[in-house]
This record gives sequence, structure tokens and C-alpha cells, in this order.
Amino acid sequence: MSTSNYETVIGLEVHVELHTQSKIFCGCSTSFGAPPNTHTCPICLGHPGVLPVLNRQAVEYAMKAAMALNCTIGDISKFDRKNYFYPDSPKAYQISQYDQPIGLNGWIDIEVNGETKRIGITRLHLEEDAGKLTHVDGGYASLVDFNRVGTPLVEIVSEPEISSPEEAKAYLEKMRAIMQYCDVSDVKMEEGSLRCDANISLRPHGQKELGTKAELKNMNSFRGVQRGLEYEQYRQAEILDEGGVIVQETRRWDEAQGKTLSMRGKEEAHDYRYFPDPDLVRVHISDEWKEAVRSTIPELPDARKARYAAEYGLPDYDAGVITSSKAMADFFEDSLKYTQDAKSVSNWIMGELMGYLNANNLELPQVKITGQGLGEMIGLIEKGTISTKIAKTVFKAMLDSGKLPQQIVEEQGLVQISDEGAIKSIVEQVVANNPQSVEDYKAGKQKAIGFLVGQVMKESKGKANPALANKLLVDVLNS
Amino acid sequence: MSITTKDVQHVAKLARLNMTPEEENLFTDQLNAILQYAEKLKELDTEGVEPTTHVLPLHNVMREDENRKSLPIEKVLLNAPDEEDGHFKVPAVME
Amino acid sequence: MSLFDYKLTEIHNKLHDKELSVSDLVDEAFRKIGERDEKVQAYITLNEEGARTQGKKLDDKLVSGEERGLLFGLPAGIKDNIVTEGLRTTCASQFLSNFNPVYDATVVSKLRAADAVTIGKLNMDEFAMGGSNENSSFYPVRNPWNLERVPGGSSGGSAAAVAAGEAFFTLGSDTGGSIRQPASYCGVVGLKPTYGLVSRFGLVAFASSLDQIGPLTKNVEDSAYVLQAIAGYDGMDSTSAKVEIPDYVSALNGDVSGLRIAVPKEYLGEGVDAGVKETVLSALKVLESLGAVWEEVSLPHTEYAVATYYLLASSEASSNLARFDGVRYGQRVDHIGSLLDLYHESRTQGFGDEVKRRIMLGTYALSSGYYDAYYLKAQKVRTLIKRDFDQVFEKYDVIIGPTAPTTAFKLGAQVDDPLTMYLNDILTIPVSLAGVPAISVPCGFADGMPVGLQIIGKAFDESTVLRTAHAYEQNTDHHKRRPEL
Repeated sequence: MSTSNYETVIGLEVHVELHTQSKIFCGCSTSFGAPPNTHTCPICLGHPGVLPVLNRQAVEYAMKAAMALNCTIGDISKFDRKNYFYPDSPKAYQISQYDQPIGLNGWIDIEVNGETKRIGITRLHLEEDAGKLTHVDGGYASLVDFNRVGTPLVEIVSEPEISSPEEAKAYLEKMRAIMQYCDVSDVKMEEGSLRCDANISLRPHGQKELGTKAELKNMNSFRGVQRGLEYEQYRQAEILDEGGVIVQETRRWDEAQGKTLSMRGKEEAHDYRYFPDPDLVRVHISDEWKEAVRSTIPELPDARKARYAAEYGLPDYDAGVITSSKAMADFFEDSLKYTQDAKSVSNWIMGELMGYLNANNLELPQVKITGQGLGEMIGLIEKGTISTKIAKTVFKAMLDSGKLPQQIVEEQGLVQISDEGAIKSIVEQVVANNPQSVEDYKAGKQKAIGFLVGQVMKESKGKANPALANKLLVDVLNS
Repeated sequence: MSITTKDVQHVAKLARLNMTPEEENLFTDQLNAILQYAEKLKELDTEGVEPTTHVLPLHNVMREDENRKSLPIEKVLLNAPDEEDGHFKVPAVME
Repeated sequence: MSLFDYKLTEIHNKLHDKELSVSDLVDEAFRKIGERDEKVQAYITLNEEGARTQGKKLDDKLVSGEERGLLFGLPAGIKDNIVTEGLRTTCASQFLSNFNPVYDATVVSKLRAADAVTIGKLNMDEFAMGGSNENSSFYPVRNPWNLERVPGGSSGGSAAAVAAGEAFFTLGSDTGGSIRQPASYCGVVGLKPTYGLVSRFGLVAFASSLDQIGPLTKNVEDSAYVLQAIAGYDGMDSTSAKVEIPDYVSALNGDVSGLRIAVPKEYLGEGVDAGVKETVLSALKVLESLGAVWEEVSLPHTEYAVATYYLLASSEASSNLARFDGVRYGQRVDHIGSLLDLYHESRTQGFGDEVKRRIMLGTYALSSGYYDAYYLKAQKVRTLIKRDFDQVFEKYDVIIGPTAPTTAFKLGAQVDDPLTMYLNDILTIPVSLAGVPAISVPCGFADGMPVGLQIIGKAFDESTVLRTAHAYEQNTDHHKRRPEL
């Protein structure tokens, strides 16, 4: 079988929790990790008689997010009730937006294999989050925690224009970056402040109608999204290859088993009976309000990337990596306050920093190094105070301690030896101790000098200025 | 338009209500009587008439993003039919 | 004569002159309840201990000379769909038979701030759905004028308690006539304010776009006082109006000369009892004699109001009552199997037939494929009904007609026929759909049962409604009659 017989069509539904102080319709805190049900009140618990009052900040964050995704902001937006019974939904309806969402018809650009592709965004709407369920008693009972219920959420629905799991991952990463830059959400998949469901279908190349889709849920990481879609793509291709029929259904990605599984019991057709919530009045969004919100949107990842390439001559790829997270881009710019050498900063980020973060599965905010530290460290290399080799030690120390490089160099005695006399005596000692290498050199084996320089560095505990050591060694050998 | 016992069964399911066969028949008859009465709305031409969702012309009623005190956990669970470890407890959700 | 036959101002004078204490008033309430409520069945839950404690506190205030609230010392009954912290609130439903609210409704806080004394929670049709109080899942309220007859509904307990002297005043709620119709049946004054004038926060929602809380009293002046205490913008209710609250009591100047009254021909037409019609016409003569002028007008969409109302109200109710699922509060049936069983059993056993009927109707009207034909259509017709009122109010100050087409009927007479029961509200429902204020004031008797005169005003013009009702009342004696119990 082969997935290459088919064209893959993916649409993503992304949920982003907005990081307001209080919930969307009541004053309870939205902070993560409190003891169960301690961030609840009669309103978010859906007690009889309560009424919702809309949080202005949530509306403005949603507008900001929609604008950053190039959506058109409606002049009038309203809230509707989506009716369904589930224990995590206290009113048995979710307040959402049906036909007049905050934003419509946007797009974002993603890059896969060096090619830019534009993915359309159908809509962005504002709604309330649900509570959380945990399963106990061997699966016979569930416990409900309503702390999360009422956290403001935007749902962002893409057009079915994503053609591969890689594109899906790139879309999601770009989405996360944009939300971070806008500062409307923490966008942490592991805490659930960024969540993603997917619709995926396959069709033979050239076919116009879409194939039957599966709805994929429970992909709790970027990798999970890609793997889940890859699995599903494979599964559907196999069925189609064998002449089978795809069943329209909801499937759950099981990370441990590495497969998607049908969610039984969900096949009951939903009829959400949307209708305008009579407890909430319309939101009129004036041009002035739109402009006021628009003015709070900072430079977004694509713009920054273009600027880094133009202003600092960074390669496209490097500029893309650095701007893919706001924290990293800010780090880059902070460094440049302390050094002019943008290329060098970029190289350190792309090499040492990304290498360390990836190897340890960390994010930038989890390490202590500052932009100032990196910038000043590059300055020390330029001045010859430390060698590039020593710099790696300093860099590692900065990751762990967050101290500035000067302090680390002093504390650990890492200053480069540039004193000719001191190096010369080491050189003479090395020459004396390695007669074979000296002979080899004199016999024309240029490689031998490399070994001798290495010995000098070793003797000096890495502190000898390598260029100086090389020069003095040649002098001594030729004398 | 008239509603059938099957419709009543479907609606009862959506509304999470059980019906005995007798109740299904009774509700079918009664709902039909009411819906037939409601058919008279069709006499009216409402082309171009705006629906009234709210009788008052209010808009942009919003609060500032400020925290208010949440309930103490004893009050949260005061009326809970079943609870465990600060949670509400229910039979397992089907998945 | 009962203490509660005095007007609010007379009671306050007696308190001031130390002829009376608040504890005396509280005693009077519980004495009357003790004597009469076994027959009337107006109350579901009594707050005897709380009321007596508060009575004593207020008596201390009387001694210390502290500032007194507008409703100082007055024993109040509260309809049992208005939540009271720590005082059981059932909505007359088995589902909430043990529900203990953890917060106070805004109106309850306002009553406390006005120094009123809550003496208990009043019986009603379950979740305010009904017009006879026979839908209470505990026991029906009986009409104090004739215990064989219904008190009206859904605020039947609120109306009967005032008529029987079991409270000084009460609060009810009105969605399609639920304050005015029982006020009419029980011969008391019932006011439904403009939608948005009184906060709905803490009123257990039936139909959110129609529900309003209002006072039931023995006379118009007391109604004005209670309204004064409970009206006003509330930041907890997004549909609450930011309007200036006038001094309602000072509007009661007795002057109706030149008042332009519209009398819709639809309100005195087919289906309206001859006795009721005659009573209302003679009330109009009284107003005429005071200098008001009246003309017949038409509210052409009146005949569509009941259908519109039942579709809209039931749709909203089907969603509002979905939260009664047995997870966080309320009844949960024992020995539950699956989650679906929990939902189905709790709701099936917790709700009565009328509630189920409306949930079913509303669920159907909102369901896929029917939304446009029923819900959306009804919202559009609501616009036409509202326009009828707007047009009449361009030329007239108030609209007057009967509150209900008949007087109180016998218990059991209409229980098997929901549609006929719904048609009892034909004169109050259009007003609710238009969102405007209306009062029912006693205007005489037909076949020995009270008849109510409905006076309808422009949005937020409660002053004119009250002034008209007061001028009429002060020139008649109907409001002074009391049932024999």
C-alpha cells in the first residue's frame, strides 16, 4: 500500500486558552494547578439563577488573536448556546458563538521544505472552556473538577487546506508562535492551553470531492499531532487500497499504543440546538475599538523573520528557527544590545543553545542564560579574553547559573593567556618533550604542528591563546 | 407538519428524559395540539422582519477583568449528591 | 382587622410611635400562617427562626434610632424560584426538594438592605410553568376567596399569601402573566415591571428573555414602595437596564385628567367572560369620571401571542433546565448504572409533567430542521407584537383591559388540557413579549370571585402605570375587601 496514491486533506481545529486574570463570565481565577474546585463560584458551577457577564479582556484578546491571523473582525458579534449533556459542562450548554464569531476569513503562512504555503482560516470564535474529568474506581466512575470551566477560549478553524502531517505540525507551530507574540495565551500543550483536533480524509489524486473524514482527538503534543495524523493517513490509505470504505467517526490518538482508536458511544448524532443566549447582549465592535486593539499587536513572527534576514543577513532557515518562538527572538534581540555580531549570536543560538535545549527537551525560559550573557560572551571572544573553546565552558555555565560571562571567567580563572613569555616557556617544554613530532615536522609533515599546538593547549589547561601558541611554536621549530 | 411518536422518542433522548409508551402517546398528542395551534404563525408574512432576541436595545455589557472571591470548597460541594477528594463524582463517562 | 390591612406608611407610623414592634409584625405573619396556611398552602418553606432573629435586630434598630430601610420591619414572602442563601429553594420541584442555595438573589439582598423580613418561600407552579398552581410538585395553593378554586399561577403562593394576610407583601416572578394573573384571581395588586428594571440575578431562569420579578401587595402605594426597593441596575445581570429610577411613590398624585387610555378591542372580544368585561368597562367609567379619556384601538397581532410565547419560552426553558442533571446539586436517583441512566432517571423523576412537556416542546422547536420554522419565526412575530405596542404608545399613555379572560376556575378543571390552560394567559402574554410594564389591580367581582384590571404602560414608565392604578383604586373600595377564611 502507499499513501502516495492519495491526496491527504487536513483541517485543524485549534483551541487556545486566553490568559485573562478572571474567567470569561465570572470573577474566578483562571490560574492553572489549584486544588480541585477551589476556583469556582455559583456562576461557573451553573447554579440555579446565575447569569453570565462578559469579560472585556477576553473579547479584546480574541480580537487581537483574530487580527494577528489576518481575520476580518465583524462589526457585531454575539453569543449562542450549544446544548449538550456532559459532566464537565455545568449548565449542560456551552456559551459559544455560532453565526457571528469575532473573526472570519483569515490566513497564516507556513513553511515546509523551504516552500511557503498559505493556509486559510475559516473562523475564530470565543467560548468558555469545560471542566476536567479524571477516571477512578477502575474506570467505573469519574471525578469532575470545574476549575477550568469558564476559562476563555478561542477556537480557530482552518480551511481543509493542509496536505500533510508535516504541514499540520508547521501550522500548529506557527499558530503557537503568533499567539505567543500577541501575548494572549501561554499556549502550552502540556497544560492544555493549546489543544488541537483534526479532520483528515484521503482522496485519489485528481478527485474533486473530499473523501470521508475521521475526526481525530487527544493529540496532546506537537509530535502527537504529527504522529497521529501520520498513523491515520496510513490507516485510511490501507483501507482504501483494499477497496474498503472509511467510516465517518471520531478517533482518539493513543500515544502509548501509537495508534488511533475509534471512540465508541460517540456515534450518537449530536444536535446542539444552537440559539442566541438570551442572558448576553450583542457586542458591537466599532472601528475605533478595532484600531485600539490592533495597535497593541506587536511585530509578528513573519515580519521579524524578514527583518532578521534583511537587517542582519541571517540565512532564512536560521531566521525562521529563531523567530519561531517569541522568547527566542527576544533573546536574540537582547543579545544584540551587547554585541554587533548578529551572525555570531545566531550561530551560538542555532548551535550550542538549540542543541542543548533539544537534547534535554527544554524550552528557552527553562534555562537561565540571558541575552546579555550571550552578547557579552561574544564580546569577550572578540577581545581575545577567552577562546572559542573556553566560551563553550562559559556558555554551559551561563545556562545553569544565569551569571554573566565576566564573572564566570573570573571565578573559574578562564582568562586566556596572551602573555608571550608564558606561552613561550610552555612551547619550549612541549618541543623538548616531543622529539618525534618535532622530527616529523622538520621532515615536512605539516600535520605534526597540529598535535604540538594541541599539547600546548593541554599544558595551559586550554587557556593559551591558540593563534599565539601556533605562531610561537613555528618560531621555535624554525629557529 | 405533525410530530410522530418517533419524534417524541428522539426529542426525549435529546432532553435526557425517559418516557413510558403511554407517556409517549400522550406527549405526541399534546405536542401535536400545541404545534398545530402554532401553525397559525405561518399566516404572517415575516419576510424582512428582524427577530427579537432581546427586547431592550442593549449592547456591549461587559465587566473588567478582575478576580472575585471563589466559593469555599464546603459550599461548592454543599449540595453535591456524590463527591470524592474535593471533586464531584459521577458514573464513568463513556468513551 | 389584621395588622396587614394597614398600609406600609401606617405600619411605619405605628412603629415610630412605639405602638408596634417588628416582632409583633413577625408574630402576626406566623400566627396567620398557622391559622390559615393549612387551607391555603401558600408556603413551601418557613424561615421562622431567621425571621424572629431579624425581627429582634430590627427592634434594636428601632430603639437605637439607626436609619431604617424603606421596607423596615415588613414581613415578606418570596417566591420559591428566587434563591435565598441558606434557606431551601425548591422551585416547587422534586428535583430541588433539598436544594440549599449558596448565594442570595440580588432582590433578596435588596430586601435585606431595605430591612424587610423574609418569613418564607412561596409555593408556585413547578419552575414557574403553569397558570393554576396545580403544577406544584408538593401541593396546590388554594384561592383564599374560594378554596375550591385555583389562585392562578405561577406565583399563586405569592398572591394567595397576600390575599390571606399571611405576608405583608410578597415577591413573584412573571414570564407570561405569572404575577398579574394570580393577582387578578386573588384580588391583590401585582406588578410586572419593564424587562430589565429589576435584576434577574438569582431568579431561577424559566425563559430568560421574558422573566421579571415584581411585587404583590394589597394596594398600589405599597407596590410602589416595594418596587422602589428592588428596582435598579445590577452589574451581575447583563440584561439589566441602566436607567434613572424615579420616585415611584411621589408619582401617586391621584391626577389622571387628560390621561389617554387605549382599550384594545382584542382584549374585550371573544373568549372574555361577560362578567369580567362588564367589570372592566365600569372601571373605565371610573377613570373617565376622573378626567381620563379612552378610545378603542387594535393590537392586531394579539391572536399570535400565545403561540409565539409558548415556542420562545419553552425553547429557552429547555436549555435553562438542562443544568438540572444530578451532578452538582439536586436530586440524584440512587443505584445509578451509567452516566446516561443518571441523567435520565434524575430528570425523569425530578420533573413533573408540565415541565417535561415544555422541555419537550422547546427541545423540538430548537432541533435541527425546525429552528427556522418555530424558534426563528416566533422571534420575528415577537417583533410584530412589540411593534403593535410601540404604535399604540405613540398616541396613548396607557393600555387598559382585563388581566385574565375569566375569574379563577376550579381546581382540576383544566389540568388535562394544556392548550386551554395556555389560553388563560392570552391577555398578559403580549405584554411580556413586548417587555413593557403592567399592573393588575382589583376592579370588582364576577360570580363572587375577584377581577383584575390590567394597566399597561410604556417601557420604564412604571410611574404612569402606578399613578393610574392608584387613582382608580383610591376611588373604589374593591381593594379593601378581604376573603373570609
